[in-house]
Amino acid sequence: MIEGILIGLSTALSLTNILMVMVGCFAGTIIGMLPGLGPMTAIALMIPITYGFDPSTGLILMAGVYYGAVFGGSTSSILLNAPGIPGTVATAFDGYPMAQQGKAGKALAIAAYSSFAGGTISAIFLLVAAPSLSKVSLAFRSPDYFALMILGLTAISAFSSKGQFLKAMMMVVLGLMLATVGQDSLSDITRFTFNNMNLTDGISFVLIVMATFAMSEALTIIFRGKDPNRAAKQISLTELGSIKVNKEETIKMAKTIPRSSILGFLIGVLPGAGATIASFLAYGMERNYVNEEEKQKFGKGSVHGLSAPETANNAACSGSFVPLLTLGIPGSGTTAVMLGALLGFGIQPGPRLYQTNPEIFWSVIMSMYIGMVMLLILNLPLIPYIARILAVPRNYLIPLILFFSVTGIYLMSFNNFDIFLMIGIALVATFLRLYDFPMPPLILAFVLGGLMEETLRRSLLISDGSPNFLWDRPITLIILLITITIVGWQIFSTFRKKS
Amino acid sequence: MRISPTKFISLLFLVLSVFYLYTAYNIQVFAFDENAPFNARTFPIYLGWAGIILSSLKIILPEKVTTEVNHKHLDYKSIIYLIVISLIYAAVILKIGYFISTSLFLFASYYFLGERRWGLMFILSFPFVAAFMYLLHGLLNIYLRDPFLKYIGVMG
Repeated sequence: MIEGILIGLSTALSLTNILMVMVGCFAGTIIGMLPGLGPMTAIALMIPITYGFDPSTGLILMAGVYYGAVFGGSTSSILLNAPGIPGTVATAFDGYPMAQQGKAGKALAIAAYSSFAGGTISAIFLLVAAPSLSKVSLAFRSPDYFALMILGLTAISAFSSKGQFLKAMMMVVLGLMLATVGQDSLSDITRFTFNNMNLTDGISFVLIVMATFAMSEALTIIFRGKDPNRAAKQISLTELGSIKVNKEETIKMAKTIPRSSILGFLIGVLPGAGATIASFLAYGMERNYVNEEEKQKFGKGSVHGLSAPETANNAACSGSFVPLLTLGIPGSGTTAVMLGALLGFGIQPGPRLYQTNPEIFWSVIMSMYIGMVMLLILNLPLIPYIARILAVPRNYLIPLILFFSVTGIYLMSFNNFDIFLMIGIALVATFLRLYDFPMPPLILAFVLGGLMEETLRRSLLISDGSPNFLWDRPITLIILLITITIVGWQIFSTFRKKS
Repeated sequence: MRISPTKFISLLFLVLSVFYLYTAYNIQVFAFDENAPFNARTFPIYLGWAGIILSSLKIILPEKVTTEVNHKHLDYKSIIYLIVISLIYAAVILKIGYFISTSLFLFASYYFLGERRWGLMFILSFPFVAAFMYLLHGLLNIYLRDPFLKYIGVMG
């Protein structure tokens, strides 16, 4: 492992890669800060640019963007009460009241220190857990992978939007349907192309991500522009106050950070869970842990209440890399986007990545840590200046997002059919979002579609068409039982609510 | 009878799934693959059935959480403008080249979203696209096809 860490460090600490982490963190912070735009959009916008780099550099840039966007999301939560991403909603509970009390700088500093600490602790967990899990996952066979993908898709549907399980599952099926367009990987038979040559190679992953996230986010912001409930309540973006944290506040953070980090990491590892659930659970857990006097401060600017979700959401971000790096199965929408980017580089993540491309495996892990250090030493002092980005009028912001989306697609194909297709999908996605049909399950399903069909093919061929492969192996059976439990729980909670 | 928008979307999804399933059954497979445990049709057929079952459940079951959207608060005008501009942009990008089409697209988008600071609108369109193209093409060595700039000799 020490050798691996050194390989990772030597790759991540090259001048180009350090520069990429810096650029990634900075760009991610700016994009993540803009309400409505989260890490997925930020990473999606970066994908076309990364194709000019080698895989390690590209991934390092994306990891920097990821952490930057999460940090940026916290900033808009604290300053505007408008979370950039769902994972920072809980941050606004105490961060925004603190900002209203004239302590915006302090709230941002607490968020930054907590994020850094949460990220650091979970990066250590990742460092230890990922290689061990890689070895374990070598024992996985096609039926296990198939069952695991079903579990991942079910879990993300169950957790991505509360009470909307069926809607999320419909999005999963839609994502898988989109993934079947084009040539069948084994027989080369074209499917669902309707004799259109442009669809023979299937729909590009970048197109789907750009359409359902970047472009659809931009259209949604315009669409809901007249909604008075969505107008941001602006506090002064130029007078943020001191960013110094006193001794009493440091002690409070020191108590909160370890337990929230552990919780965040464990939740992050679970397929489908991720930063949002981790931050809410950490907030709830912290409220139960503190004394009665502190409990009363929750929702009014509590240090514990701000530190806990911030620590947990960053810890969950690192945790979500565990299934991606060890099994090749992303646990969240953001890591699904990263999987798509990896496949674009010709790299198949999974247990063998650790052996075949150790420099990529380790450099991604190490760059995460370097990214967090960069965030702390570069972004925190720059926050008063970066925060002014929030004042950029949407009249400029929206066309620029559309411009980056279209350019990304144009760069890949130099074909206007893809741009038309992207506009069409973005329009459909905008209406679906309006009625709370979640997009992350669609992305995850689209990315996993090909692999899922492949593992199902192998499993059915081995079992001669019998569904026995689902319960023949203990690992498959256990995964299947967990999936059934999640579905059962969703059904039970529906009936419980009705009764 | 009033059907909720969510159920209406589910109904559309049901229609899509039925069409998908019909198309899946009609996928041409090799004769020797016809009765194989798995062929190019198998996975799509499962998906078609899954879509039908899920959308039917969504239509039949009562809604636990209803999503209300106030259409008065939705800015249809701006969205239509943006979509039309984007479609025109997509249609002309290959003919008039990336630089001019993108700059005009940005300029028109700023205008239709209500911006009237002409100087800023100009800077954030033509020079901005030129700088972006230089970044991609000149510095990052990412090929950006532009027949117009090639014709006038700006790009190699």
